[in-house]
Amino acid sequence: MAKRIVILGGGTGGTLMANRLRKLFDRDEAEITVVDKDDRHVYQPGLLFVPFGLASVDEIVRPRARQLHNGISFHETGIDHVELEADVVHLENGTTLPYDVLIVATGTHLQPEETEGMTGPGWMEKVFTFYTPEGAAGLAEALYDFDRGKLVINFIDLPIKCPVAPLEFAFLVDSYFHECHVRDNVEITFVTPLDGAFTKPVASELLGHLLTEKGVELVTEFNTGEVDGAGGRLVSYDEREVPFDLLVTIPLHGGADYVNRSPGLGDALGFVPTDPATLQSKARPNVFALGDATNVPTSKAGSVTHFEGELLTENVRRFLAGESLDASYDGHANCFIETGFDKALLIDFNYETEPLPGRYPTSLGPMQLLHESRLNHLGKLMFQWMYWHVLLPGREIPGISPRMTMAGKKAVETNA
Amino acid sequence: MATIEMTGIARDPEGFLTDPAQWNENVAETIANEAGITELSPRHWLIVNYMRDTYLSTGQAPSIRALGKESGVQIKELYVLFPKGPAKLAAKIGGIPKPHGCI
Repeated sequence: MAKRIVILGGGTGGTLMANRLRKLFDRDEAEITVVDKDDRHVYQPGLLFVPFGLASVDEIVRPRARQLHNGISFHETGIDHVELEADVVHLENGTTLPYDVLIVATGTHLQPEETEGMTGPGWMEKVFTFYTPEGAAGLAEALYDFDRGKLVINFIDLPIKCPVAPLEFAFLVDSYFHECHVRDNVEITFVTPLDGAFTKPVASELLGHLLTEKGVELVTEFNTGEVDGAGGRLVSYDEREVPFDLLVTIPLHGGADYVNRSPGLGDALGFVPTDPATLQSKARPNVFALGDATNVPTSKAGSVTHFEGELLTENVRRFLAGESLDASYDGHANCFIETGFDKALLIDFNYETEPLPGRYPTSLGPMQLLHESRLNHLGKLMFQWMYWHVLLPGREIPGISPRMTMAGKKAVETNA
Repeated sequence: MATIEMTGIARDPEGFLTDPAQWNENVAETIANEAGITELSPRHWLIVNYMRDTYLSTGQAPSIRALGKESGVQIKELYVLFPKGPAKLAAKIGGIPKPHGCI
C-alpha cells in the first residue's frame, strides 16, 4: 500500500520537498499531498526590490499549484490543527488527512500586532514593512514621495527571515536617495536590538563599516517596546527614543497559528523543535520539518531550506525503509547581500563557521565572499530564474554542495 | 548583602560563568551586586531560576520574547528588574553562558 506523505505549506520548502519526493517514489509507493491556505507563491527575495520600483508584486508571485509536479495533490485551505497521537491533520474545510510521514514547511509569519502601537495610527502611512507584498508596494509609494526627513530602519527582535535584509534595505535606500539627488536631505538610521550591525563577528564588523561609509547612523541594543506612529517615535523598553518621519520596520516573527493549536508540536513562539542534524522533529519520529518553520539555529532563509531539502528527502526515504537517519545537515546557509549601486556581497556559513572572506564556491571563484562586486549583484538577480526553474523543481545546482566547504575561505582573527 | 570570594570561579571576559556547575545562590547575589542590583527579590529569583532551569534542561537560554511569554513576568517588568538587557543579565546572574541571538 502506498505510504501517505502530507506536506504542510506550499512555499519554498514544501514545494521542493514535494517535487523531490515525487521523483524519488513511484506513485504506488507514495501519495504526496500539499496543503496551503492560498495559491500565491511569493518569491520572497524579490520583496526587497519592490520599494525601489525595481520589481513589481506581479512579477514575484506565481500560483503555488503550478509549481508542483504531476502526481501531487494540492489542498487550498487553512490548517486547523495536527493531531499527533492519531497521525492526522485536520483542515479548516473539515477534511482530515491521515499520514505516515508529516513534513512541516509552513514557514514563519509576521506578528506586527505583538508590538505596542505598530499597527496603530500611521501603519501603512508612515510605518511600513517590506516583508509582505502589500507592505513593500505601499512603501514604494511612500518612498516615491519622500525627499527629506528622517528615515529609520529597524527590526524588533530575532528571529527574522533573511537577517541581512534590513541591512540590504539600508544600503539600497542610500543608493536610491543618491540617484534621486536628495540624499543630503535625508537622515538614515539603522536601529537594531543586537550589539552590532549583524550577529556574526567578521561580517558584523564589515557591514558596520559599510553603514558608516554610507553615512547611515547605527543605534544598537535598542529593544523596541512601542511604535508611536502619530508622534513619529520608536521607544525602547529602557526608555530611549528614536524619531522618524518614515519607519521601515520588520515585525516580530512566529510560527504558523495552527502550530500553537497542535499540542506538542511547537515551542513558545510557534516554531517546531527539530533535530538540527537530521531535521526530524522532537515531537514524533514520523514528523519532520524544514525551512523557517523549525527552531534550528541557522538563518531563516531560502538557501537553508534548499540545502535542508536534499538531506530531508534522503531521511524520509530512510525513515520509510526503517533505516537510521542521515545526521549530516550542518546548518549551511548562503546569501547575497545587496550593497547598493549595483553591487553585492556574498556570505556562506554554517552552524559552526561564521561568514569568512575568500572566494565561492571554490578558491577559483567566480564569486567573492564578503567583498562587494557587480558579479555578486548579477548573481542575486539571476537567482530568481534559478528559484523557479531549478530550486523548486528539485534539481541540483551544479557545483553547489548542500554541506558547507572551507574551499576558498580565509580564516580571520577577530576580537570577538 | 552577600559577598563571597569569587576566585576559583571561571568567568569569561564579560563576566559570564563558563561552568554552570560552579554556580550557587551566593554567586548569583555577588554578580547581581556587580551589576547594580542590591538585592535579588522573589521576582528576580523567579526569572533567574527560570533561565537556569530552561538552559539546563534544553541547552538553550530563552530569548527575551520567550521569557515574556512563558515566565509569567511581562517584558516591561523584566526591564525594571534587570535594566538594559534582561535576558543577558539574568543569564549572567543565573550562571549560564551568554545567550546567543539566533541568527
